[in-house]
Amino acid sequence: MTTLTAPPAVVARDDLRRPRLRGFAAERVFVTRSFIHTIRDVDTMMMAVLLPTMLMLMFTYIFGNAIDPSGGYVDYVVPGIILLCAGFGASSTAISVSRDMTTGIIDRFRTMPLRSGAVLTGHVAVSLVRNLVATAIVIGVALLVGFRPSATPLEWVAAFGMVALYILTMTYLFAAIGLAAPSPEAASGYGFILLFLPYVSSAFVPVDTMPEWLQWIAENQPITPVIETIRSLLMGTPQGDSGWWAVGWCVAIIAIAAAWGAWLFRRKAGRR
Amino acid sequence: MQLAIDARGLRKAFGRTEVLAGLDLAVPAGSVFALLGPNGAGKTTTINILTTLAKSDGGTARILGHDVAREPGEVQQRIALTGQAAAVDEALTARENLVMMGRLSGLSRRDARRRAAELVARFDLERAADRRLGTYSGGMRRRLDLALSLVVPVPVLFLDEPTTGLDTRSRQDLWAVIRSLAEAGTTIFLTTQYLEEADRLADRIAVLDGGRIAAEGTADELKARVGGDVVELRDADGVLLRELPTDGSVHGLRAAIDELDRSAHDGVDGRQVTIRRPSLDDVFLAITGGDRDPRDADREASAPELIATN
Repeated sequence: MTTLTAPPAVVARDDLRRPRLRGFAAERVFVTRSFIHTIRDVDTMMMAVLLPTMLMLMFTYIFGNAIDPSGGYVDYVVPGIILLCAGFGASSTAISVSRDMTTGIIDRFRTMPLRSGAVLTGHVAVSLVRNLVATAIVIGVALLVGFRPSATPLEWVAAFGMVALYILTMTYLFAAIGLAAPSPEAASGYGFILLFLPYVSSAFVPVDTMPEWLQWIAENQPITPVIETIRSLLMGTPQGDSGWWAVGWCVAIIAIAAAWGAWLFRRKAGRR
Repeated sequence: MQLAIDARGLRKAFGRTEVLAGLDLAVPAGSVFALLGPNGAGKTTTINILTTLAKSDGGTARILGHDVAREPGEVQQRIALTGQAAAVDEALTARENLVMMGRLSGLSRRDARRRAAELVARFDLERAADRRLGTYSGGMRRRLDLALSLVVPVPVLFLDEPTTGLDTRSRQDLWAVIRSLAEAGTTIFLTTQYLEEADRLADRIAVLDGGRIAAEGTADELKARVGGDVVELRDADGVLLRELPTDGSVHGLRAAIDELDRSAHDGVDGRQVTIRRPSLDDVFLAITGGDRDPRDADREASAPELIATN
């Protein structure tokens, strides 16, 4: 190994300092980092697209005719599949965040003069983009298997906006779970519970087919208004006040998850 | 004399467990300082406080005159930390890790790439620079880890057990790098469980025990504290049977030999008697009262025999 030739007389020179990063320089670096992670992690991306696609095909071709013999079930189920896809894709954020928090790398970032929380911003931003792409692919497959939405271009934009907000909500939630979990494995386990929520909603079957006690949960849980909003935007079903509820739920959950996450992030400093 | 690290009365407890109980440190700028202690002595906690990762419950710490609690930003601009767990991004290549660190240290994209190329060459990472870290050996990972701390030169470098778990060759490589950094004037604060490492690298050594500095000085000063020579008894295969410290006087030596004589009657079959200068191991044992690194199994067997004489 060759010897290092750091400049001599390091001691007395006060110009030997790491400059502070200004503006969003740290965020830019961390978004790039998370983006490289996503591209390299082909398996996760494949799962994020394949699992919802398989579920959609299963619901359409296997269960579909039993649930709705008229053959229109694909139109009913696709909004639910979109949400399932978004939630599943966001769950890998918990693992990425937990991995950062449990290896030494977070300590390195924290001992540098920058907002170390920016590392989370990187994960969140890239999760949003990644899952929007996955959602677009799933919608593409849905169109191939007979999904026939009645949406105008404006309604498409609104539907994508709703999906984006939902992805952001799930990502923030999973990022906080990643911060709370003691290991990446645990993070992945905790996240799994959340992925069951869409099944107890109007995603796959109308709520009024469920037992009464379950109906109450299904009607009042956050995912139902999100699904109803997307369904009404794409399929023209009556929207009612579900749009407001959907946005309200999402914003509230993001606020809580962000506050919880910020608290966890501070608390976990220096104690891996 | 400018102090690179000036800590006074640092205290830290986790729940009811007191880890640091009034720790004082004074590390002159440009020196290599080793903090020595058994597992769980509070070495990492000390580093965490000095590098702004953790807050102390009491006491003050300054890095080049800047208080770690009140001016963390100023401190962070002047330090780099290579922690115990390799702080590298596994999904990136070595070069990408270095470029990322350069960008986070305020270098332009071009400068970050140039600096990464320099460090790749200096740390002997050329062959694997563009491979992801999954394939790296422990030694390469450590070298990269250290290189990441040197992307921009900082005056104070913290190394938390830099060579733990490395093979002899990699350890010596890393020692060479640390020495050359020290020659260039960087203040180096390192923790280690390896006495040899402290002996080879450090200008001054402090032994951490019970949350306080139990002893501090140069390696020679510390060895002198233990007293005189050590009498060793080995069997025909060279396995250490007994080890008796003396106070250095003829009388002390004779007492030790008499003691060996007695143990011969008890069936200890020694074949070789040697007298040696005390090592840092002896210092460590004498100061920490026999608690030692359990990994050091060879000497563990003889540890109960040791009588501290200071």
